[in-house]
Amino acid sequence: MSEIISTIINGLSQGGVYALIALGYTMVYGIAKMLNFAHGDIIMVGSYAAFVVVGMMSSSPFLAIFIAVVVCTALGILVERLAYRPLRGAPSLSVLITAIGVSYLLQSLAQIIFGATPVMVPMFDFKFVDIGGISIKIQSLITLAVCAVVIVLLLFVIKKTKVGRAMVAVSEDRGAAQLMGVNVNRTIAITFAIGSALAALAGIFSLFVSPVTSPTFGALPGIKAFVAAVIGGIGSIPGAAIGGIILGVVEQFALSVPFLSPYADAIVFSILIVVLLVRPTGILGKKQREKV
Amino acid sequence: MSEALLQVENIEVYYGLIKALKGISFTVNRGEVVSLIGANGAGKTTTLHTITGLLRPKVGKITYNGQDITKVPAHKIVTMGVVHVPEGRRVFKDLSVYDNLCLGAYTVQNKENIADNLAMVYDLFPRLEERKNQMSGTLSGGEQQMLAMGRALMSNPEMIVMDEPSMGLSPLLVNEVFKIIETVHSRNITVLLVEQNSKKALAVSDRAYVLETGNIIMEGKASDLANDERVKKAYLGA
Ligand SMILES: Nc1ncnc2c1ncn2[C@@H]1O[C@H](COP(=O)(O)OP(=O)(O)O)[C@@H](O)[C@H]1O
Ligand SMILES: [Mg+2]
Repeated sequence: MSEIISTIINGLSQGGVYALIALGYTMVYGIAKMLNFAHGDIIMVGSYAAFVVVGMMSSSPFLAIFIAVVVCTALGILVERLAYRPLRGAPSLSVLITAIGVSYLLQSLAQIIFGATPVMVPMFDFKFVDIGGISIKIQSLITLAVCAVVIVLLLFVIKKTKVGRAMVAVSEDRGAAQLMGVNVNRTIAITFAIGSALAALAGIFSLFVSPVTSPTFGALPGIKAFVAAVIGGIGSIPGAAIGGIILGVVEQFALSVPFLSPYADAIVFSILIVVLLVRPTGILGKKQREKV
Repeated sequence: MSEALLQVENIEVYYGLIKALKGISFTVNRGEVVSLIGANGAGKTTTLHTITGLLRPKVGKITYNGQDITKVPAHKIVTMGVVHVPEGRRVFKDLSVYDNLCLGAYTVQNKENIADNLAMVYDLFPRLEERKNQMSGTLSGGEQQMLAMGRALMSNPEMIVMDEPSMGLSPLLVNEVFKIIETVHSRNITVLLVEQNSKKALAVSDRAYVLETGNIIMEGKASDLANDERVKKAYLGA
């Protein structure tokens, strides 16, 4: 019983990490109408930013978190400005190929600068806590709490603030949003900034679990979060959160059962197939509205 | 002499290789209601999109209030005082009525001003107040049109351009829409109206232009055009 509860908590916390990344995917998809396949690599850049602070400068992990978020936010804005904005209105295939190009570019740059060998990024020295006889990793609780707060905050921003309304408006009808006075380019840049900041946090939380990074650090979490976004219904913000949590919990349960654990990734990806068979638009995805 | 608020000079607009506007010119004076009539595909929507910056002319010039706005992006045109009620209403269906109205005031900074505008819109369209928390996608066509017009009024416009506001509405609601156009006009807002319902459009307008396949083929006082034999035959179904 206590093992199940601790697996659930680990699953929710891993799910929270996937949700943070999936939110970036889904927001960019909804608002900029593109699949940003370089999103996972933003996580990787964040992890190296943390490495520079704690690994090379032996400075505080708190500073590392701050720097990682700042670097990723700036990088998200920069990539959008230089790589994607010039392609606004271009066929989506061109944009997709560009995103894949940006992904390889970031990985190659990391490899040139830091080498291909994985490096240690020691963050905090986490202990276990004992809650009612159940032993739980502190980092899981922290990750879970921060993810929950961030997701609620994001939903609040989207629903209740001017910039949030502008984002919904741009995602629904770019032209009509412009007629309201919304600057579409700026709104898309803000979306990339938010998504990249969330990705930086996700990278930090991943380092809590395993304090090692490499140029391909973002690839697997990136693709899993993309799957989470699709399961939840790409474009839907609550969908990304739900998809991420489902993925995290299933993955942790698979990992906790000895004869299933080698297949954890396969199990995670097979959820996608099942969900898409039952609901092709994902759990909270909308049916494509008919255009007149 | 009346003062020109909007001046469109010889604009040519293309969709790829297709020339949709073949060099049209017209003027809207401050305080007027001017309508642009013409058959489906004549280029009316294209004209309005070019004025409010969603499309750019290849040739020609658009001046508003003495300023050249030909290259001003759409989101800045609103701040200059021109608001566009688009064809097909284009309300934000995933947002509540209230949120749509807030977006209408996106360029307004002053909170009191926004509150005043909201009160004015609710006063003009009590229906919108009743449904302020409802998702706009669940409104009827008539209510969505009210919302589109209310949303436009939130931006403190000096001039409003409307694209077929009566399209797809029942006769009762069509009359309602034209009444609102007159109300808007009575508040010193200049109106540029595009309509298929030429008869009603001419009845509320001071002047009008007739557009045919990208060219202006006639212009004049609305009352004169309403009595013109050719206009009657082609556009008034007489
Ligand atoms: N997005 C577009 N792409 C290509 N051609 C278009 C587009 N929109 C309109 N057109 C063409 O431009 C012409 C004018 O269209 P429009 O301005 O919508 O006419 P109206 O509003 O008077 O019905 C039509 O021939 C139409 O087919
Ligand atoms: Mg039209």
